[in-house]
Amino acid sequence: MTTLRIDNLNVTFSTEAGPLHALKNVSFDVPENRIVGIVGESGCGKSTLINAILGLLADNGSVDGGSILFEGQDELTTLPPSRMRDLRGPRIATVFQDPMGALNPVISVGKQMLNIQYRSPLSKEEKLNRAVEMLELVRIPDARAALVRYPHQFSGGMKQRIAIAMALMMEPALLIADEPTTALDATLEVTTIELLKDLQQKIGCSVMFISHHLGVIAELCDDVVVMYAGEVVERGTVRQIFQDPRHPYTARLLECDPARQSERTRNLPTIPGEIPDLRARPTGCIFANRCDRVSDACSAPPPDKDIGGGHIARCFVADTPAETGVTA
Amino acid sequence: MAELWRPIRKILREPLGALGLFLVLFVIFGAVFADLLTSWDPTKINPRDRFQGPSTQHLMGTDQLGRDLFARVLHGGRIALFVALVSTAVSLVIGIVLGLIAGYGPRWLDNLMILLFDAMKSFPTVMLALALVTLMGPSLTAVMVVVVLVTVPGYARIIRTQTIALKTSEYVTAAQSMGASSARILRVHILPNVIGPLVILASMDIPVVIGIEAGMSFLGLGVRPPTPSWGSILNDGFTNIRDTAWIAIAGGVPIIITTLGFTFLGETLRDVFDPRLKGR
Amino acid sequence: MSSDPILKVEDVQVSFPVGGLGRKNAILGVAGVSFEVNRGETFALVGESGSGKTTLARAANGLQEISAGAITFEDQRIDTLDRKAMKPVRKRMSMMFQDPVGSLSPRMTVGDLVTEPFRIHGIEGRNLREEAARLLTLVGLPTSFASRFPHQLSGGQARRVGVARAIALDPALIIADEPTAGLDVSVQGEVLNLLNDLRERLGLAMVIITHNLHVVHHVADRTAVMYLGRFVEAGDTEEVFSAPQHPYTAALLSANPEPDPDKTHDRITLPAEVPSLLARPAGCEFHTRCPWAQSRCSMDAPERQVTNGRAVACHFPLEPGARPPEIVEKAAS
Repeated sequence: MTTLRIDNLNVTFSTEAGPLHALKNVSFDVPENRIVGIVGESGCGKSTLINAILGLLADNGSVDGGSILFEGQDELTTLPPSRMRDLRGPRIATVFQDPMGALNPVISVGKQMLNIQYRSPLSKEEKLNRAVEMLELVRIPDARAALVRYPHQFSGGMKQRIAIAMALMMEPALLIADEPTTALDATLEVTTIELLKDLQQKIGCSVMFISHHLGVIAELCDDVVVMYAGEVVERGTVRQIFQDPRHPYTARLLECDPARQSERTRNLPTIPGEIPDLRARPTGCIFANRCDRVSDACSAPPPDKDIGGGHIARCFVADTPAETGVTA
Repeated sequence: MAELWRPIRKILREPLGALGLFLVLFVIFGAVFADLLTSWDPTKINPRDRFQGPSTQHLMGTDQLGRDLFARVLHGGRIALFVALVSTAVSLVIGIVLGLIAGYGPRWLDNLMILLFDAMKSFPTVMLALALVTLMGPSLTAVMVVVVLVTVPGYARIIRTQTIALKTSEYVTAAQSMGASSARILRVHILPNVIGPLVILASMDIPVVIGIEAGMSFLGLGVRPPTPSWGSILNDGFTNIRDTAWIAIAGGVPIIITTLGFTFLGETLRDVFDPRLKGR
Repeated sequence: MSSDPILKVEDVQVSFPVGGLGRKNAILGVAGVSFEVNRGETFALVGESGSGKTTLARAANGLQEISAGAITFEDQRIDTLDRKAMKPVRKRMSMMFQDPVGSLSPRMTVGDLVTEPFRIHGIEGRNLREEAARLLTLVGLPTSFASRFPHQLSGGQARRVGVARAIALDPALIIADEPTAGLDVSVQGEVLNLLNDLRERLGLAMVIITHNLHVVHHVADRTAVMYLGRFVEAGDTEEVFSAPQHPYTAALLSANPEPDPDKTHDRITLPAEVPSLLARPAGCEFHTRCPWAQSRCSMDAPERQVTNGRAVACHFPLEPGARPPEIVEKAAS
């Protein structure tokens, strides 16, 4: 079964300077028990996507077309707000870049973890045990003692791990993790993603992991969705994307990661140009103005080409492998 | 031109803002063109015509000395707006300078100035006014000094708080690393970023200032007779309310209109340009 | 080392007072650091948050008072200078700050921003509009950008404006704090290439502060790794990368996930969290997290050993390709 199926989703914001098409024909699946990485740079529509899933689009934003189907039954784009509130938290959990967004600074960690379980039929004792169990899972030392402490008494890395423990406590079907390791140091970042992978397998949930850090995505995720200017330009398994990128944007983006260059170079690759103004989207390919494989055909909307094995790229020339220029 | 139109369009889109702008323009128009709108001298006594109701000759009637109330109201508007604009401007300048010094200067100076601001703020306005008038005698200057003393601490505190917040911002640190002097940092890098919200808040204080002027003139602590002021007109109306209600109405309605107008306009300005200030 | 250092940092300490009334205490943000930067060279300071790298950079730029040691720039002691005497030095040494947009005054136009150094130093006789155009061209921005405001710029464009401002007065040294922070991957390279290019064309020396080791690898001639306010290792970038001698350097290098799903992650996991600066561990300060730590490490602090321009502070420097002992028995405290 598919935990989350996004089909042809379109989101528009009305702005003073006219409508802004923030998401255009976005389609991808988050299959059960898999970690799907969403990659993209600023302005690619990651935040809009998350807000659309959570039913938290700003007042001037609206879904105008497409569907978001959760666990095969709930159509999130038309779900009444009260029902949506029931899903957020217990069924669809979130972890954000700043753990303090999830932690209340004036309530002890134990109390907050009890509050999350307010619906559970367990006794208070059992709920506390559950909280300790979760804190142990995220490797908080001396978990029982940690219950009476307040968020500020933990280091940044521990705070993020507590936030993860709280998000996963009700065993949600889907965890949306939005750049959860970006604010952490490198050594903490890797322990946090290893932990996340562990937990995901133990709990058996699906994860939508949003990050701009390609290395983290490559290590953690099963599937990858590449977004650019509000469109999914390519999706597939992590190997398909990283080893056989078909969309020129994906190829160029991978090339840009300095970690990819094992040889020392003084001239790092870049993608010249800027993301087009989303209020005046080009009719054709959104990447055409920065693409090195552009042709006349690109002034028409490119098709979602199926390369096989679930690997899809929105590009006319997706049949041939993109030149990466680098032998990985 | 387009630069100027955009904010105005934004204000007009809010019904209360449009009403506020209209009322304020209406009052300003009356004050500016007072001499064109009426040929009556607001101070000319004409005992034969006292206590007249509104007529085509005297649009708002006359007071107990037979002076034309319409002329007095228009000229009173001049006084009210003059006091409001001048004293608010003076308060802004003083408040900004003190706030910048407190916020950017050494810690002890900041503590001292905060103590001073709080002490000034703790004085009740009426007591302050009485004390000052005892010292200076009733006059327009006294009114303005009271207004400045009452409003400066608030302005200075706002500027101080924001200055402290910006003091450690990266662009200020960057200016320091380029070798900019404190004066230049305050003038070029801090002031332009703290002044906006203050001007909006000050515009919301204008009705308060007009209230103070009217109130002091009503109590005889403000402008000296025969100079017309809405407050003194109101007082005339109050003493003669048994003879005619027109005087009190003529003095009171402009105060209400002006206060409402500036309040609506100020609140709309705030909501449109700096929603963070809501609830202040 | 080389004979012509432009910046010389000797045994510098920076302390911060902590605690309120009664118990006055101080923590050492930078605890005795020495290094030299030669003309035309790029020197990288690498470390994680709290390692003191930014504090050290600010000290070198005179924005942070030092409590011990000496800083010499172009043969002049600068840590003892007052603000006025420091002003001419600031023409020769400029600093770039972390936040590309946040380090630009929000109500100034790009044109005013890049020419601000001329106004600050009262440099007359130049057409500032032409200067702005020249500088913007130099960093690869269209001259029409002069009338834009910072919030109208993308991260990469704002960073270029920051670079233009930093080179406005032809400095001899640029200190860049996290020059790629907040930038997209596709833009990072642009900025680093630009810095490299300017360094070559203008003969600049550069100090780059970063946590991103991959960035360092491509731009820095020499690299120093900081931990709790000290250098644990310093040397030629290529050598430090190919054969780290300090366990912390090795752990940092291995902690960088690489964008290749099939890469086996032969990772050195650090068992504990970074200790607080208020309670520095005795002996080697890294021993609480070091997979290789032995009993000696918790007792005496290792001296800095310098061989062939390579400095390392460790009792048991690693052999190339060393792997941590299989079972690490450590109290996770």
